[in-house]
Amino acid sequence: MDRAGAGVNRLPRWLIVSLAIMPAAALVVFYAWPFGSLLAEAVTGQAVSDTIGRTQTWDVVWFTLWQAVASTAITIALGLLPAAAVARFDFRGRSLLIGLLTAVFVLPTVVMGAAFLALLPDSLDRTVWAVIGAHVAFNLAVVVRVVGALWEHLPTDMEAAAGTLGASRWRVFTQISLPLIRPAVVAAASIVFLFTFTSFGVIRVLGAPGTRTIEVEVWRRATQLGDLGGAAVLVLLQLAILAVLVVWSTLAQRRHTRALALEPLARRRRARTAGERAFVVAAAGGAALIAVVPLTALVARSFSTPTGWSTSAWTDLGRTEVRPGLRVGVDPVGAIGNSLTTAAWATAFAVVIGGVASLAIVSARRHGRLLDTGLMLPLATSAVTIGLGMLITFDTDPFDWRASWWLVPVGHALVAVPFVVRTCVGVLRSVDPSMTDAAATLGAPPIPAWRATVVPYLWRPLGAGAALAAAISLGEFGATSFLSRSGGATLPIAIEQLLGRTGTTLQAQGYVLATILTLVTVAVVVVVERLQRGPAGR
Amino acid sequence: MSSLEVREVTVTFGDTTVLDRTDLSMASGEIVALVGPSGSGKSTLLRVIAGILQPDSGRVLIAGEDVTTVPTHRRGVGMVFQDNQLFPHMSTIDNVMFGPKMAGVPRAERFERAERWLRRVGLADLAHRSVTDLSGGEAKRVALARTMAAEPGVVLLDEPLTGLDRELHDRLAADLAQLLRSSEVTALLVTHDAAEAGAIADRTVALADLVAAPREHPPTPG
Repeated sequence: MDRAGAGVNRLPRWLIVSLAIMPAAALVVFYAWPFGSLLAEAVTGQAVSDTIGRTQTWDVVWFTLWQAVASTAITIALGLLPAAAVARFDFRGRSLLIGLLTAVFVLPTVVMGAAFLALLPDSLDRTVWAVIGAHVAFNLAVVVRVVGALWEHLPTDMEAAAGTLGASRWRVFTQISLPLIRPAVVAAASIVFLFTFTSFGVIRVLGAPGTRTIEVEVWRRATQLGDLGGAAVLVLLQLAILAVLVVWSTLAQRRHTRALALEPLARRRRARTAGERAFVVAAAGGAALIAVVPLTALVARSFSTPTGWSTSAWTDLGRTEVRPGLRVGVDPVGAIGNSLTTAAWATAFAVVIGGVASLAIVSARRHGRLLDTGLMLPLATSAVTIGLGMLITFDTDPFDWRASWWLVPVGHALVAVPFVVRTCVGVLRSVDPSMTDAAATLGAPPIPAWRATVVPYLWRPLGAGAALAAAISLGEFGATSFLSRSGGATLPIAIEQLLGRTGTTLQAQGYVLATILTLVTVAVVVVVERLQRGPAGR
Repeated sequence: MSSLEVREVTVTFGDTTVLDRTDLSMASGEIVALVGPSGSGKSTLLRVIAGILQPDSGRVLIAGEDVTTVPTHRRGVGMVFQDNQLFPHMSTIDNVMFGPKMAGVPRAERFERAERWLRRVGLADLAHRSVTDLSGGEAKRVALARTMAAEPGVVLLDEPLTGLDRELHDRLAADLAQLLRSSEVTALLVTHDAAEAGAIADRTVALADLVAAPREHPPTPG
């Protein structure tokens, strides 16, 4: 039924406006304004010509590009094998494998960097190879989930048909399966490329002076060299490169989209022949090893000292003196406290802004789409950009908020709100509108009808959104790198600082914190899964 | 063309036995219709013969040679799938050229062969059409031409005429009978339509009758 016909039962405009005004204001003050000042900072001609003229700029761009291309290519090549195993075969541990890869994907970048630092020998651990390894382990889930989802729907008989026409397994893959799953491969490659091109946390932990991405260079210019203009120009340069790639990838995906006779779900079956069993074991086992081994190394290193295994790094976490009277300026226990406080506030901000915004978006229809798109923008902006924008903007009276305790949680909330909104809007949109109509026929005026039939469905996705926001805040590193005050270091910041120091005690403490952060993040993700899997909206 | 023999093939999916010690023997050049109710395992038997499905036990022999462990692409068994399984990313003629291409036939020759088969099924005009634009009857003919162009020794047809309207069905049945006979190919046709079976095949067998004779127990010593 055309919903426009229900005009007389609509919610009053003042209610929708008052719901929308707070999220819209937050977006303008903490996203649009900082982004605008960042642009203004960059367009001073001097900064542009200095940055463009510097050969170092182009070295950084070149490194960013080639490491992203290499990471993406290796991730796709390695990921297609488990994707095929997951799409085509039923095997014990199948959903465990998918869950494991997904859990790795949501781990904080700093943790993944720490895991590869723990895994690799000293000769390799601060090289581009460590960076690429961490990128691959991180993003395997993207390929398995995105490509697997399409492959699963590709009729198995189409591959069998090619076999009856004389095509070997390899030729079936190259001539039939690969061309048909290409849209998903391009989509997965675009996502992996985006993540690795804008890689920040992994490189801060694993990078050496020669291995800097644009993001790291932005941070270095802004916070280490005090060159805000140069940093802003680099942000725009990165945006320009990404814009070109997004256009290309959209065109490529459109060109390869075909009307496929997709089966609802092709039959998955157990591997029957020895060859099939070997393939499943190798593909699934290999992927599981790539995910598990670095994390195991991380935990192991938190227990290792030059003199053997010991729990001393765990038990001495509160001792901040390296030698009597000598402190290194990192307080591990304090960082845990800071992270928990920050995450609590960031979650509260994100839940309030995201929940209210979701109600506004669903009720406001056409204008709701504008708010929806606006709130998604921070997702398309790198955290480093957000951090830099806020750093530039909030440093002059009366808006000198850099010392305010709430600035970091607000930055985190900005990054988390899109996830809260996406989780809630999907559920709210699926509420049957005739239920509200039914309430109206029972005598309920628009607002009570809405409160009785729509609002109750908000709580459950909001719970999942809250957990997601907490996980994002706990692991957030990009924006925090710009906004963190001394003494206010969160876990990711402390981990990066500890691992960057020499001395096994400090390193072991870094690994302890990374292990704690891993455990907390995984626990939160399990909560999200539980909340989303239960009966929807009740 | 090759003779085809299926010996005591058993297939189970979990607890269900789909084929239980099934036997089938076909002479070279023979056209056999396999009938039986749906879900009785007819398609499963075709999959075992083509090597798409490994049987739990039993053997498949083609031209007297045991091919049970030979992969599909080296068996010389062609198959027309019930839902055709045309490759949607290729044009009609590229679909028909696929088999010759896999066999390493030079480009000019495989083009010529594909055109010849498209002519034989009456679709020469549609060579460069996308297969997603074909009607049901056209797609079926292309699937048949694609299988025949690969020049298999044995052709399997899984309900090739199901889902077509009556008039088209009858016309295609006549065409198919004529085409299989003139190509002197060994063909096994699965159908649930006895009239269709009679119109196309040399003989009709029911899957239920294909269970192997009870194994003779070796005489107990003493």
